[in-house]
Amino acid sequence: MTWWDPASANPGPPMPTPEQIKERIAAAFPGAPVELVPNGSPAGQPSLLLEPGRARDIARFLRDDPELRFDYASNVTGVDWPERLEKPKPGEPAARKTPAFLEAVYHLYSMALGHGPLVIRLRTGDRAAHVTLPSLTPVWRSCEFQEREIFDLFGIIFDGHPDLRRLLMWDNFAGHPMRKDYAPARDPEAEP
Amino acid sequence: MIAPPPELPPRPAGDPPGHDLLEVALGPHHPSTHGVFRMNVILDGETVVKLTPVFGYLHRNHEKIAEHNSYLAAIPYTDRLDYICSMTNNWAYVLSVEKLAALAVPERAEYIRVIVGELTRLLNHACLAGFLLQDMGALGTPLMYAFREREKILDLFESLSGSRMMCNYLRFGGCRCDLPPGWLKQAAGVVAGFGPFLDHFEALLSENEILRARSQGVGVLPPDLAVNAGVTGPGLRASGVNYDIRKVDQYGLYKRFNFRVPLGGQGDVFDRYMVRILEMRESLKILDQALRDIPNGPVMDPKARLRNLRPKPGEAYGRIESPKGELGFYLVSDGGPNPWRYRVRPPSLVNLTVLEDMCLGHSIADVVIILGSIDIVLGEVDR
Repeated sequence: MTWWDPASANPGPPMPTPEQIKERIAAAFPGAPVELVPNGSPAGQPSLLLEPGRARDIARFLRDDPELRFDYASNVTGVDWPERLEKPKPGEPAARKTPAFLEAVYHLYSMALGHGPLVIRLRTGDRAAHVTLPSLTPVWRSCEFQEREIFDLFGIIFDGHPDLRRLLMWDNFAGHPMRKDYAPARDPEAEP
Repeated sequence: MIAPPPELPPRPAGDPPGHDLLEVALGPHHPSTHGVFRMNVILDGETVVKLTPVFGYLHRNHEKIAEHNSYLAAIPYTDRLDYICSMTNNWAYVLSVEKLAALAVPERAEYIRVIVGELTRLLNHACLAGFLLQDMGALGTPLMYAFREREKILDLFESLSGSRMMCNYLRFGGCRCDLPPGWLKQAAGVVAGFGPFLDHFEALLSENEILRARSQGVGVLPPDLAVNAGVTGPGLRASGVNYDIRKVDQYGLYKRFNFRVPLGGQGDVFDRYMVRILEMRESLKILDQALRDIPNGPVMDPKARLRNLRPKPGEAYGRIESPKGELGFYLVSDGGPNPWRYRVRPPSLVNLTVLEDMCLGHSIADVVIILGSIDIVLGEVDR
């Protein structure tokens, strides 16, 4: 048994800001759109929206780059964004409809360098037909059960996942309970 | 409806004819699974060749319930996640809400949080050591010794919050109420008695020949796999990885306390047991300092609005080092009185990712102690 050595725990400089990380990604993957999504809460933690097509390569880059080394994907989850009416901005005549999509959110940390979190997000095309996203389980195994949970509760299909089955609900359950429009059966004994 | 069984793996080459693989459903009602959890194990003789965990028996969609409730009303539900450590569950949740809404916490409340958090670590690790030894065949005695100490801590929690296990004590912006008179003295007595209990426990067990033979070299978890699979908590540190969120994030007041973090060398079941014993000794140090230094003052931020809290639209992820690993809460607010998205990052579920890797090639009796050494609670795995 040994003890924690503070010298080896946090050796590196502070984490690059999400803006700097965005530029590094843009330099390493020319043509891959990366968008910075601001966070309105006082927590900070803005996130990077990745294009699904290149997401797995970018994730590998984030894991292996010597200054970033996000070797640990901590929290992996989904968010449902149905179509909503946005309040019109000044100068706009009518309320705008925001497009509906499902989102997968990954919180990355670096155990080697002791920094984080970096939040990355992937968005599906819509909530019905285009719900496939690339799985990041080949990059971080900690996504394995959590992506299965998103598949189960939100209905995002993760392409390249080694074992994409329902995690919490039973196998022939219909529907995705964490979606905002999910309506449970009226009969509590019914097994959908 | 039961899931179809996974496909049998190919037989090992040179298998004698008539030699069959056997599939065993270990659980959901099995004392060693510490709840309703099933492992479909495929055995070659007594050796595990495949293991598939099956979840969901305790699923009640905790997250959906919380999304229909106000921010305050979710706190009692978090008690039921990891029902052994309700105080740390409260802490992780209120920490996330405080990040989301930028709430301040008075100093006395931060001290109380550290005290109840470390007491929770003591009772969790003591119980785990007892359960683990019970799984190894030391029936009764270690578990009852551990439960005797746990009872003293639960008495403290009861006089503080009114409930032994479902404490529902922390609030965003502080704690629900101040300490009752004489509580600190009583707590100091419990802490002073815990060290001798650990000495006694260790004298009986840590050098025990049978314990060592049974646990050393079993269920080895390599550090690079542990990091990649997101294992956190004592299981990660037993593999020798320097990662403790109390040190990395320094949330609460952990910066002020002098304590060390034990690391294992082999990453086997014995190291996971030993790391927890040493962590308890370090928790006692933190408790001594906190009970000595706690200041007087208010325990609630007067500006915190418990009812009808409406954080600005945005999101926040807060995490703490719970006794089982990284417990995080991801909250998305749309400006309304209830969270748009509420997510628990459960350490128990993610730590189970490597269960199969640790069990392959070991006998079925070892599966029981490997699972025991991961330390899961099904209320948190299934949510």
